[in-house]
Amino acid sequence: MKIHEYQGKEIFRRYGMSVPRGIPAFSVDEAVAAAKSLGGPVWVVKAQIHAGGRGKGGGVKVAKSLDDVKARASEILGMQLVTHQTGPAGQKVRRLLIEEGADIRKELYVGMVVDRASQRVVLMASSEGGMDIEEVAAKTPEKIERVTIDPKTGLTDADADDVARKIGVPEGGIGQARTILQGLYRAFDETDASLAEINPLVITGDGKVIALDAKLNFDDNALFRHPDIVEMRDLDEEDPNEIAASKFDLSYISLDGNIGCLVNGAGLAMATMDVIKLYGGEPANFLDVGGGATAEKVTEAFKIMLRNPHLKAILVNIFGGIMKCDTIAEGVIAASKAVGLKVPLVVRMKGTNEELGRKILADSGLPIISANDMAQAAEKVVAAAKGASK
Amino acid sequence: MSILVDRNTKVITQGITGKTGQFHTRMCRDYANGRAAFVAGVNPKKPGESFEGIPIYATVKEARAATGATVSVIYVPPPFAAAAIDEAVDAGLDLVVCITEGIPVRDMIRTRDRMRGRKTLLLGPNCPGVITPDEIKIGIMPGHIHRKGRIGVVSRSGTLTYEAVGQLTELGLGQSTAVGIGGDPVNGLKHIDILKRFNDDPETDAVIMIGEIGGGDEEAAAAWVKANMKKPVVGFIAGVTAPPGKRMGHAGAIISGGKGTAQEKLAAMEDAGIKVTRNPAEMGKLLKSVL
Repeated sequence: MKIHEYQGKEIFRRYGMSVPRGIPAFSVDEAVAAAKSLGGPVWVVKAQIHAGGRGKGGGVKVAKSLDDVKARASEILGMQLVTHQTGPAGQKVRRLLIEEGADIRKELYVGMVVDRASQRVVLMASSEGGMDIEEVAAKTPEKIERVTIDPKTGLTDADADDVARKIGVPEGGIGQARTILQGLYRAFDETDASLAEINPLVITGDGKVIALDAKLNFDDNALFRHPDIVEMRDLDEEDPNEIAASKFDLSYISLDGNIGCLVNGAGLAMATMDVIKLYGGEPANFLDVGGGATAEKVTEAFKIMLRNPHLKAILVNIFGGIMKCDTIAEGVIAASKAVGLKVPLVVRMKGTNEELGRKILADSGLPIISANDMAQAAEKVVAAAKGASK
Repeated sequence: MSILVDRNTKVITQGITGKTGQFHTRMCRDYANGRAAFVAGVNPKKPGESFEGIPIYATVKEARAATGATVSVIYVPPPFAAAAIDEAVDAGLDLVVCITEGIPVRDMIRTRDRMRGRKTLLLGPNCPGVITPDEIKIGIMPGHIHRKGRIGVVSRSGTLTYEAVGQLTELGLGQSTAVGIGGDPVNGLKHIDILKRFNDDPETDAVIMIGEIGGGDEEAAAAWVKANMKKPVVGFIAGVTAPPGKRMGHAGAIISGGKGTAQEKLAAMEDAGIKVTRNPAEMGKLLKSVL
């Protein structure tokens, strides 16, 4: 789960980390009121969306008067902000953060992720703040400092100070940097974060160390123990199809193609997308129905896929194994009837009673195409999608 | 021979009283030598009771002491599953197979840290388990699609493992052992660990290695294969069409920071002399072609 910058900064404050004073605003009036209450002379109007690269996309503006705040806020609020992370359609800006301006002398980068190789949280820091860290990692990896954090000790004073010095925090700011780095680790650990970034961490003209940005993502599997974080969820920032799917325990991701796929198991679902592509088609989605491909789940999955106006055909690929294919077939038929399925449907199923399952599909009177293996299924669904678009 | 488990393995089921634990314990017990293999269950609230003749103990330690079992399989719900692994490690078992999906990563970081320097191996979490056909099935895979034979299978995905096994069986190629290592980012045994064991197993002739986007385990395994593997390995990587930054069902299946793409993994595998296919329907045929 992702949250907004202003929410991330609220969490940072709880951990004693220094962030600029700021107030979220949901309207232009609120933005002006926020600026008034913060006091001038300089404010920053920041678009709040769940994507990086907001500055480059025109979603972060400096204002030097209240009129200026009003003008910038009107400009940004409601805009479709396009960044390298939003895709070409962009994301509508519905919230702003109004912050006091900072006198930036130096911009640094600090991030934390779970390193899969060492199976520990890793602190990454760089003197190249404000930049796209992936670019820094690709072009000048020597400019990234890494510290693997022992879960028994947390981030030690020695490690925090050492990293701060290496990325160019001046001696007078080492203590402040330590508070921020150790606060970030505690925040990461205690909130079950999966990613934390401060880009940039700044040194101000008067030598203060401040987290000018805040990005926090959380482990969905740990949200059950963080009701306060769940409350920060902003559904406007998420794909409505993915939200609908999650209510029925379906794992769904929208893609750009026109062939819907419904599969059990994440690996097989990805492989099904891959094989559709291999046969010249384009998958419209990733969809894992999980262990139980029941009539209810298949119906809901069909409904979600059919919201896509570009959908030309559907491929159902179930490796039942323990599940009986006659049960799967009944489920698919019930679901097709329930949603009044009009697009061609190709079904490939494997498991106990395969023959019986195919017979049930054939006898159903529905235009369901059976396939024996994944390759044949992909070939048939690609042909069906092409036929349907003629 | 086989790897990790065989007909003589004795198994404790942690979470035997839950619906999933009961269903799969029944299926495992009905497979091959299962009746003799599944000797104990654990539930701290129900010691002295039994599940269809399998005695239930309060702790893994007691179950081990009473039955001599050296392996456990875990169906405990996610909030408590890491603690269940810890308990099995503390009881000194040889192998813990964790089926549970959805364990918080932070819990797994702590559990893996506790396991450093201990002898217990962990398979999973979020995995289908391990099967040595006609001998023992520990996990949720459909037993009937397997045949005894000489091909090793290792995979991060459950149903994709079944797909590969199904293809092998249809081609008349049986399996020595099929291992699901699971789809989580912080897990126990990895591709490399399983490949090493298949390499040393005199009854395995060749291996199918199935990976997916996310992390660098396939690359690490490929480098090891290049330097050490004496047997042919073929491979498939799921997620060539997966978009970056999206978690594809499995917690560990995500391309982040431009790393962990299927293309990188396929390139590393090809560089190591592993024959790969982009067509998941051809994994079995590809394996047959290298024998």
